[in-house]
Amino acid sequence: MAALPKFIGQPIRRREDPRLITGEGTYVDDVKLAGMLHAALMRSPYAHAKISSVDLSAARKHPGVICALSGEDLAGRLPSLPCVAPAQNVPEHPALARGKVRYVGDAVAIVVATDPYTARDAIDLITADFDPLPAVVDAEKALQPGAPLIHENFGTNLAAKAEMTPPGFDKAMSEADKTLKFRLVNQRLTPTMMEPRGVVAHWEHGYKQLTLWSSTQIPHLLRSQLADMLKLGENKIRVIAPEVGGGFGAKLNVYAEEALLGYLAMELDRPIKWIETRRENMAATTHGRGHVTYVEVGFKNDGAITAIKAKFFCDMGAYLQLLTPAIPSFTALMVPGCYRVGALAFEQNLIFTNKMATDAYRGAGRPEACYLIERTMDMVAAELGMDPVQVRRKNFIPKDAFPFTTAAGLQYDSGDYEGALNKALAMVGYDKLRTEQAAARQQGRYLGIGVSTYVEICGIGPSALLPPKLKGGGWESATVRVEPDSKVTVLTGVSPHGQGQETSFAQIAADALGIDIDDINVLHGDTAIVQYGIGTFGSRATALGGTALVMALGKVQEKMKTIASRLMEVPPQQLIFTNRTIALASDPSKSIPLQKVVEAAYGYKQPIPGVEPGLDASAFFEPSGCTFPFGTHIAVVEVDPQTGAVKFLRYVAVDDCGKIINPLLVDGQLQGGIAQGLGQALYEETVYDENGQLVTASLMDYAIPKAQMVPAIEMANTVTPTNLNPLGVKGVGEAGTIGSTPCVANAVMDALKPFGIRHIDMPLKPEKIWRAIQEAKQAKKG
Amino acid sequence: MFPATFEYHRAHSVKDALALLKRFGQDAKLLSGGHSLLPMMKLRLAQPAHLIDIGAVGELAQIAEEGGKVVIGAGVTHQQIADSALVRGKLQALAEAAAQIGDVQVRNRGTLGGSLAHADPAADYPAAVLALEGEVKLEGAQGTRTVKAQDFFVDLLTTAMNPDEILRQVSFSPIAVGTGCAYLKRPQPASGFALVGVAALVSLGRDGSCEKVRVGVTGLGSKAFRAAGVESALAGKKPEANAIAAAAAHAADGIDCLSDIHASADFRAELARVYTRRAIEKALERCAR
Repeated sequence: MAALPKFIGQPIRRREDPRLITGEGTYVDDVKLAGMLHAALMRSPYAHAKISSVDLSAARKHPGVICALSGEDLAGRLPSLPCVAPAQNVPEHPALARGKVRYVGDAVAIVVATDPYTARDAIDLITADFDPLPAVVDAEKALQPGAPLIHENFGTNLAAKAEMTPPGFDKAMSEADKTLKFRLVNQRLTPTMMEPRGVVAHWEHGYKQLTLWSSTQIPHLLRSQLADMLKLGENKIRVIAPEVGGGFGAKLNVYAEEALLGYLAMELDRPIKWIETRRENMAATTHGRGHVTYVEVGFKNDGAITAIKAKFFCDMGAYLQLLTPAIPSFTALMVPGCYRVGALAFEQNLIFTNKMATDAYRGAGRPEACYLIERTMDMVAAELGMDPVQVRRKNFIPKDAFPFTTAAGLQYDSGDYEGALNKALAMVGYDKLRTEQAAARQQGRYLGIGVSTYVEICGIGPSALLPPKLKGGGWESATVRVEPDSKVTVLTGVSPHGQGQETSFAQIAADALGIDIDDINVLHGDTAIVQYGIGTFGSRATALGGTALVMALGKVQEKMKTIASRLMEVPPQQLIFTNRTIALASDPSKSIPLQKVVEAAYGYKQPIPGVEPGLDASAFFEPSGCTFPFGTHIAVVEVDPQTGAVKFLRYVAVDDCGKIINPLLVDGQLQGGIAQGLGQALYEETVYDENGQLVTASLMDYAIPKAQMVPAIEMANTVTPTNLNPLGVKGVGEAGTIGSTPCVANAVMDALKPFGIRHIDMPLKPEKIWRAIQEAKQAKKG
Repeated sequence: MFPATFEYHRAHSVKDALALLKRFGQDAKLLSGGHSLLPMMKLRLAQPAHLIDIGAVGELAQIAEEGGKVVIGAGVTHQQIADSALVRGKLQALAEAAAQIGDVQVRNRGTLGGSLAHADPAADYPAAVLALEGEVKLEGAQGTRTVKAQDFFVDLLTTAMNPDEILRQVSFSPIAVGTGCAYLKRPQPASGFALVGVAALVSLGRDGSCEKVRVGVTGLGSKAFRAAGVESALAGKKPEANAIAAAAAHAADGIDCLSDIHASADFRAELARVYTRRAIEKALERCAR
């Protein structure tokens, strides 16, 4: 047999892909059970209204309808949906609205029928009377006196307020030579995963056991919350996350439909399926972002930032979903970015509005921070007439300063921001580009060069950083089972849905045990198979789940070495795993086939006295701190001043996510992330009208970037490992989204510099750009 | 997304389809590529009781040259039109419009006839069919008739077709020597439909002046239209930059422009003027004699 390569670091193609691209994956909608019923929901057409009556009689009489329920029918039978993050005012959140509806899409009634067509037909037979109330759509206006109250019992639309002004802040601000004040809008976004949500619930009465398939990122956390809501033991609920077609944070949640289907499957003693329509997905799956921020920055004439103050108005939507009020805290913590900002003060107002709840969306609080600080850097540069690159260099945390505690109090693990910046500048040919830009301006062409030097927070833990009410903390788990034929099963507590851990974790296990990746099967997303795990979100899976895997592998290795040392009569510490053998490190030709050791462990040929049979181990990794990946993105764009259109000329991304297990996976994550990030900069915006009607209710109106709208991305890496985990990995799932948005915005603003335009709020649609140019021309004339 | 109940009928010929149309009257809708109708049915905005599928009617799926005209069957797909050497050579603006509709999947299913009959105010074809002065042949129980493109588009989602008629084909005179045409479009970023789409056709006379100018505009108002103000302003003039710009300034004259989250009425009008100028310039580049 040929010698095996080392797998870590190799660009191995995703082992998940063949089944997915040939249609052989199993998604929730592929689950079909005998006697399965189908659910549909009636949703509020109003943003804010009193429910006078819901008449279900005609729906109930419709042939094929098994049951129809309104919120009143469920009163006292299903508790409030969970929000585990702390907030001063946490509203009651019934699975079906009671008394009032509070956003367009709020579930009013559920129908269960023998097939999905009948269920949908029956929705049209429900007669519901609503008394419309004035809607509150704008978060800032929601705090004004006299604004309609969304939850009257609180007497305010404020869900929570957080403030921090450290001692010495005013002094730091007063040391500035100049200050700037500006307002930034980080618009509300719709996460738009390819597969909308879906649930199948199956109650096996004889076993008193509920199995729930859900398109979720967090099967175990969902199980814990369902156990509470449905009053079942956690050992009597099995949650399965089969193939999940994208989540982007919007499936890091516990939704009404999951609770409703579990409850009704038990009540009706029949399996039930619900598959979200795209329209429901846009209206009733969590949104992201939605911040208005007032920034005040103080800086010296040389560009050094002395102080930043940020006042946030954060749009929570009508209810608090699982982590809704926790997301803005990551924004506050990451405001300093990769800079030695002298002092930071902030005030955050978390505000109810008559809209769908916001929650995590790719980046979850960090893109908002990165946009704030990276736009600030460019604003300062414009004010001082400095090159934006120079302002960044002036403020960078130097690479020998790590671990570094920022003005927000976070400890950054490692970094080399100049290194990534220099590499990106060299790749793009920055100085030459600036010359070309100047020449182009002479010809009436508007080229823009945008830079963002981002840093973000990943691998969150330690557990103390996560909300106490979240069962389970910031750790992650893994089990390694060497089966009797030496094939290996890895059970991971993370729940990949596009991140590729079936490939990267196999690479880690293969190298540790000296076997082929094809001999490893990575299982996940089934609480009856996998030990408790936390799931996949916040770019945590490899830094935490990968480390748990390394630890579990270590335990298995120890046992195998013990057995091998007995069989080979050499000390275990002199043994290594290589080429399907356990060998003497000093002389690998002295070896024993792995299979012999496995057979000894299972005791069927050479039982080892004093060694417990079997060959598996579990490990749980609690990190001591967070990791901070970073990088530099540079976009080159051209703006058509006649139509406001933005065209990409170049996009260079230099990212540092620590050590790289699989460069293909890293590139894929970054490309997808950059596409979503530039989507926010140029195209995407969740629009509600002044009455709270959702205008972007379909993909005909909500503009996600298509392939032809995304430039070819020139990619490179620098590698600055973390010492917080043995793999040296940091996380890369959200980096592209975080770094790209301000980069593109800065590029467009740079293009518009000759017009004297300093800022336009995202999305930078052609009309906004065209109008700004018209106004600038008018102002010049006037 | 689940449509309301309907009955499905497959027509094997135009005759078949006409008989089914007669039988079910207003309760029936013709189904071709399904790319406009099915989404509306899934949202239950359309709930026809009967669908008559003409997707497999071979006699509607031909592109041919007949009596000096290019004749395109209603069932020809966007992709076939975009790929057709005949259309690309003799009706370039139409091929350009077809190539910019939706994405590959849409272009492989959607048809010329389906798009024209649906008359979406932001569809691409109408601009090109107007500028190229296509003639739409309709067939009904009362026989066949031909409607000029200019008379075909009546209002939002409304055409000159009667409910018992089928759109059979569209015929065009191939562009002559000394004539150029082009279709330019600013897509709406979500749907890919035209925020503004402009097709221009220009013929240069022997003296180098614009002998004939035709401009079709889509996306701007409730229906696609011929920009008569632009055409008359440029006709007889030398194709100089100032003259073109002055003519293009009339692109939105008299039009009640649409306004939505993607573009206000003002901006749509401005885009129409810019794209009209650019489409004329491009058509002129192609006016080789």
